[in-house]
Amino acid sequence: MLLRAAPWLVIGLLLAPVALGVGLTLLPAFGYLPVLGGDTFSLTPWRELLAMPGLGRSVQLSVLSGVLTPLLALAIVLMFLAGSSGTALERWLRRLVAPLLAVPHAAAAFGLAFLIAPAGLLSRLVSPSLTGWERPPDLLIVNDPWGLAMMLALILKEVPFLLLMALAALPQCEPGPRVTLARSLGYRPAVAWLLCVLPALYPLLRLPVYAVIAYASATVDVAMILGPTLPATLSVSVLQWFSDPDLSLRFQAAAGAVLQLGVTALAMLLWRLLEMLAALAGRHWLAAGQRERGEVVLRHTGRLGVAFLLALALGSLVALLLNSVAGFWRFPDALPGNWTLQTWSRALPEVLAPLGNTLLLGGASTCIAVTLCLAVLEAEARHGRRLAPALWLIYLPLLVPQIAFLFGLIVATEFLRWTPDAWLVLFAHLLFVLPYVFLSLSEAWRHLDPRWTQLAITLGASPWRGFWRIRLPLLLGPCLSAAAVGLAVSVGQYLATQLPGAGRVPTLTTEAVALAAGGNRGIIAVWALLQAALPMLGFALALLVPRLVWRHRLGMRSTP
Amino acid sequence: MNSASAPGATHRLQLEDVRLSLQGRELLRLSAELTAGEILCVMGPSGSGKSSLLAFLAGFLAPAFAASGRVHLDGRDVLQLPAEQRRIGLLFQDPLLFPHLSVGGNLRFALPAACPDKPARVEAALASVGLAGFAERDPATLSGGQKSRVALQRLLLSEPHAVLLDEPFSRLDTALRREVRTLVFQTLQAAGLPSVLVTHDPEDAEAAGGRVVQL
Repeated sequence: MLLRAAPWLVIGLLLAPVALGVGLTLLPAFGYLPVLGGDTFSLTPWRELLAMPGLGRSVQLSVLSGVLTPLLALAIVLMFLAGSSGTALERWLRRLVAPLLAVPHAAAAFGLAFLIAPAGLLSRLVSPSLTGWERPPDLLIVNDPWGLAMMLALILKEVPFLLLMALAALPQCEPGPRVTLARSLGYRPAVAWLLCVLPALYPLLRLPVYAVIAYASATVDVAMILGPTLPATLSVSVLQWFSDPDLSLRFQAAAGAVLQLGVTALAMLLWRLLEMLAALAGRHWLAAGQRERGEVVLRHTGRLGVAFLLALALGSLVALLLNSVAGFWRFPDALPGNWTLQTWSRALPEVLAPLGNTLLLGGASTCIAVTLCLAVLEAEARHGRRLAPALWLIYLPLLVPQIAFLFGLIVATEFLRWTPDAWLVLFAHLLFVLPYVFLSLSEAWRHLDPRWTQLAITLGASPWRGFWRIRLPLLLGPCLSAAAVGLAVSVGQYLATQLPGAGRVPTLTTEAVALAAGGNRGIIAVWALLQAALPMLGFALALLVPRLVWRHRLGMRSTP
Repeated sequence: MNSASAPGATHRLQLEDVRLSLQGRELLRLSAELTAGEILCVMGPSGSGKSSLLAFLAGFLAPAFAASGRVHLDGRDVLQLPAEQRRIGLLFQDPLLFPHLSVGGNLRFALPAACPDKPARVEAALASVGLAGFAERDPATLSGGQKSRVALQRLLLSEPHAVLLDEPFSRLDTALRREVRTLVFQTLQAAGLPSVLVTHDPEDAEAAGGRVVQL
């Protein structure tokens, strides 16, 4: 039966390209790539790679970003939840998470750049009154050598992601009863949360956290916009070598991609060590029975962190909007001297084709991904949980740095003499859309009361009728949310569009990132806003459609 | 009323040496023969396997359990059939009206596909429990007693040959419980349906008036 095969089909669909991609990156990394005249294995690519100036620094930056970004993002999320779990503040923030998550990485990076750059909105607001600056200061705030701006943008994007994942997993950890019990033993609320809820929550968060590590240690688009330049992070350098007209640099690029794999693995290893240290410290804390210390710090740091990030997000949005309609804007002035819609009207004709591509790619990859995920989950529900242990393989594309296997996939298509085209891009998008859709959908699907299906079946409905008439409509909301996540992921793909399409399939994201080098702030702002608007629209629809469809069904207001 | 309750329908449910065990530990052993309208009451503390017995009969037993024995309904070996073809209906603790369908939609869902004149059947079923004109209503706007009655009618419209009841009255308050219980038992007996009732309330057992098995 086809449905029974669905999980294996999906796992194969995701596993094969990753394995093949990594494998085919290894070959040229050791000199073997007949198409380019590499007929024998050698260590030359590695020698050339190691001779690159600033390589050590690139590696350092990537490892640093891979550990620091998830550490700070997770710390903010956990401290916020410890201090605010179950409060009105948490419920309010819950509604803000989706739109924040919807903004593609590149758009967020541009917004942040326009906010914090030397000539950015913040600097204008405090100049010259506080700083005395009459012209933009000569400071490397953006593209700083330590990659701090880059990490800030990553944290801005990963906090909503981890928060959403944590909020979805929390009900399973019964935070209410656990905190109440610990409080009755004299523990202050935030301390109680940290000691009694976190140990149950963290295992459920581990996978998203490792996905963040993989992303932060190997990001390309955010690093191209905000990251250091001389030298750039490892992933950016690899992409530069790969795209160089001098094809012999491909060997060195392949070696770099393999090194990136190692760098990400190292970041994950360091994280594992941190996990063990934290567990040790946690046990000591528990054993010591300390009930109050840390309460105030926990409570306030988490809220401050979230408030700071919200302010940054809002400021970035304002900065983008202002830049997109600014005419002449002298430096220390907080607002543009005159306003104009010219940037928009000039950009719009050029936007149409990339917008069409973005919509087609996003729509198609999301539809395929949702269908496949539903098939996997339905197969799991009907044929039992035996598949569960293998299902984590679905997340593999999120745990391997993109550049390390996309590179090999391109090599594979060159072997097969496939020309890069939109179909390859669609397939590459699917590799990332599918895991995120599964991540968003599986919890809701598995938690649906099994009695609904049993009831449908004892009323004589076939399993398929139970699926179409009962299960799917009951889970319409989660399905649409998952589709919105899928669309957002597809819209935000840079590398997975650029490499398989060889630059010939322009989307909002690839065009926006390409504009970064040009430095025309108005045009960049227009593209970044459009890039952010599309996923937001998706999330808005996912929220509105169920309300509209079920407007006469009180019982569907909260998900069953 | 409807065809399942047509007088003269004689359904028969036979349980022959049914045994359930979990990880090698035997939970229950049961043989019984139920004739039309007879209610077998299975009582026992939680963990005694009484809910698993219903899951076994309905066809949803979790793979962790081991089961043996034979179950015949009107002479058919139901254990060989998939759950949707067993013609064994279920009543749960909660009425579980599908929240995305109207009251009428819930009832129509239960009607066999080939059934002619569905709107009239639905309306007749509603009228028989004093809910005429409720078809377009949102189930969430019904009272607890009304929901129970709709759930019962939905069960009957699916034309079962036997019925399983999983503590169907335990969530109702005392006054309502008596009323719903009387209605359910009378309806099942009038429809000539052999039923297995799982409960821990002795009053249920007494009202059922049939055999009682203590686990």
